[in-house]
Amino acid sequence: MPNPVLTNPHYVQLVTHRRKVSVALSLVMLVSYFAFILLIAFDPAFLGTPIAQGSPITIGIPIGLGLIVLAMALTGIYVRLSNNVFDPLTEDARKALRESLKK
Amino acid sequence: MKSNLLSGTFGAWLIAGGAALLAATPALADGISGGGTQQPLNIPAIVMFLIFVGATLGITYWASKRNRTASDFYVAGNSITGTQNGLAIAGDYMSAASFLGISALVFTSGFDGLIYSIGFLVGWPILMFLMAERLRNLGKYTFADVAAFRLEQRPVRTLAAFGSLATVLLYLIAQMVGAGQLIEVLFGLPYTYAVIVVGVLMMLYVTFGGMIATTWVQIIKAVLLLSGASVMAFLVLLHVNFSPTELFNSAIEVHSKGAAIMAPGTLVKDPFSAVSLGLALMFGTAGLPHILMRFFTVKDAKQARKSVFVATGFIGYFYILTFIIGFGAILLVGSNPQYLAADGGLLGGKNMAAVHLAHATGGSLFFGFIAAVAFATILAVVSGLALAGATAVGHDLYANAIRKGKATEKEEMAVSKIASVVLGIFAITLGIMFKNQNVAFLVGLAFAIAASTNFPIILLSTLWRKLTTTGAVLGGSLGLVSAVGLVILSPVVWVNILGYATPVFPYEYPALISIPLAFLGAIIGSLIDKSPSGRAEQDDFDNFSVRAEIGTLEELKVSKH
Repeated sequence: MPNPVLTNPHYVQLVTHRRKVSVALSLVMLVSYFAFILLIAFDPAFLGTPIAQGSPITIGIPIGLGLIVLAMALTGIYVRLSNNVFDPLTEDARKALRESLKK
Repeated sequence: MKSNLLSGTFGAWLIAGGAALLAATPALADGISGGGTQQPLNIPAIVMFLIFVGATLGITYWASKRNRTASDFYVAGNSITGTQNGLAIAGDYMSAASFLGISALVFTSGFDGLIYSIGFLVGWPILMFLMAERLRNLGKYTFADVAAFRLEQRPVRTLAAFGSLATVLLYLIAQMVGAGQLIEVLFGLPYTYAVIVVGVLMMLYVTFGGMIATTWVQIIKAVLLLSGASVMAFLVLLHVNFSPTELFNSAIEVHSKGAAIMAPGTLVKDPFSAVSLGLALMFGTAGLPHILMRFFTVKDAKQARKSVFVATGFIGYFYILTFIIGFGAILLVGSNPQYLAADGGLLGGKNMAAVHLAHATGGSLFFGFIAAVAFATILAVVSGLALAGATAVGHDLYANAIRKGKATEKEEMAVSKIASVVLGIFAITLGIMFKNQNVAFLVGLAFAIAASTNFPIILLSTLWRKLTTTGAVLGGSLGLVSAVGLVILSPVVWVNILGYATPVFPYEYPALISIPLAFLGAIIGSLIDKSPSGRAEQDDFDNFSVRAEIGTLEELKVSKH
């Protein structure tokens, strides 16, 4: 006996939309991190190139610090989307679940 | 009765601690490895450390009176807010290995330290996007609640408990080693004594205070550590007139490796190690039992994701600070003979870079503060670990796997409390055995196991319909056995500890082999599983996923219990 909530349009919208967002944001993190790791593995000299002639700062420094900031920013984006988009949909789906249980 | 016991222990501890400090003073030179230079008794450090211990034991006493149910003991009765939990997670995660180990890695090889920091951080977004809210919606006390939710309880919980215990023990050893080295330099106490002190305090916090005390110890520690590190980084930047160019230029000038510290160096020797370490760090975070347990201390999914957001912010900020601190140490510690031992290394070992930097930037009072904070850091992390380990034994192994859910709350908590004491004894013994291992490296091993056992079974059981008990057990065990086995055969254990000439497995990091093995095992095990129970588990996925996506309804909770 399938759960009636599974066909609730709000639930379906919540699940499909949230899955897309989760997968997309995860991919952004995974791809940028492993690109960095592969650079370390195969072309460490690139990361050691100075950002400007005579500067001690290498390309690796802004890339590395950028990854830290990216991780923080991505969690912020997810929280914002959840609060504004997913939470109202979740409430609707929960309402539907509540209704279905009363019957 | 309980309060008498506790305050009695507290008083006895103070007296014993004080007496041991005094007794150890004449033998200071023996306590410091290699240096032979006597460290003066640091009164501000000892006072600050005792204030912290006193305050946390006070909190433990307060918490012990609030620990009425198993839910209070394991997850603080779901009473922690998202922001509090975010800070506590940061306090749980920013270990001595992060603070001392990574700043030391930056101090010795510059850019390589940043590679570790990034690896430790990038797991957090993944944990948030794929797991945090589902965990909160599905679980009660441990990640095994979630992994075993629609599967057979006994085998899956037993496996999850072993995965947890292996991770917890390795991580504990790393913390213990850090504690021993730190207190050796700070107080001039013998390493062994320091390890025992940490182990005993950990047992007190966890056994009497449970999750409430552990959470507040972690929050206080996070605030202290973030403030201390901020001040230290600020002082370093002040020294170079807030110019990164000047900071890096002066560091290159005085460092023995010169400009090489600005590029990836010797940490990662080959592509295999680079990817393997990266995988372990990223997915290990999402499999650490003491971190996952923190998601059950908040009331709902919204607070769970807020926890990750707050934690990621603080942890990321902290890693940027450790990078500055490490470079500051190159400038101000590495070139100052005051902090160097006779052999040219750092006084008290290379993990002391950040602690010496505190002295170089802020004098003995700041040195005392940072040393006390580093010590508090260790206490907060080991408490979280011990609680997670004890819960795995009491809740997963005893109550659910052995007693099949028929144990009373009282029996379950009694077993958990005994387990926390046993874990404390294990931690002390192993901490002494692993005295000369690199702290950050041991944490790497714990991450490899978490990434190869815990992470795959949680991820697949919550997201993949076809996972069955057979698949989970096959995959999880393959991950655990291969991660542990490859580590034993690797240079660090096979050569350095067991004394063989050449390692059987040439790499230090097993994750690139063990994670795919775990997933492969789980997938094959599930696909060949044609049993009726396996089919039922797959059919159960729909109802399970409704709960994972939107949580339970209050009225359901009432009717169920």
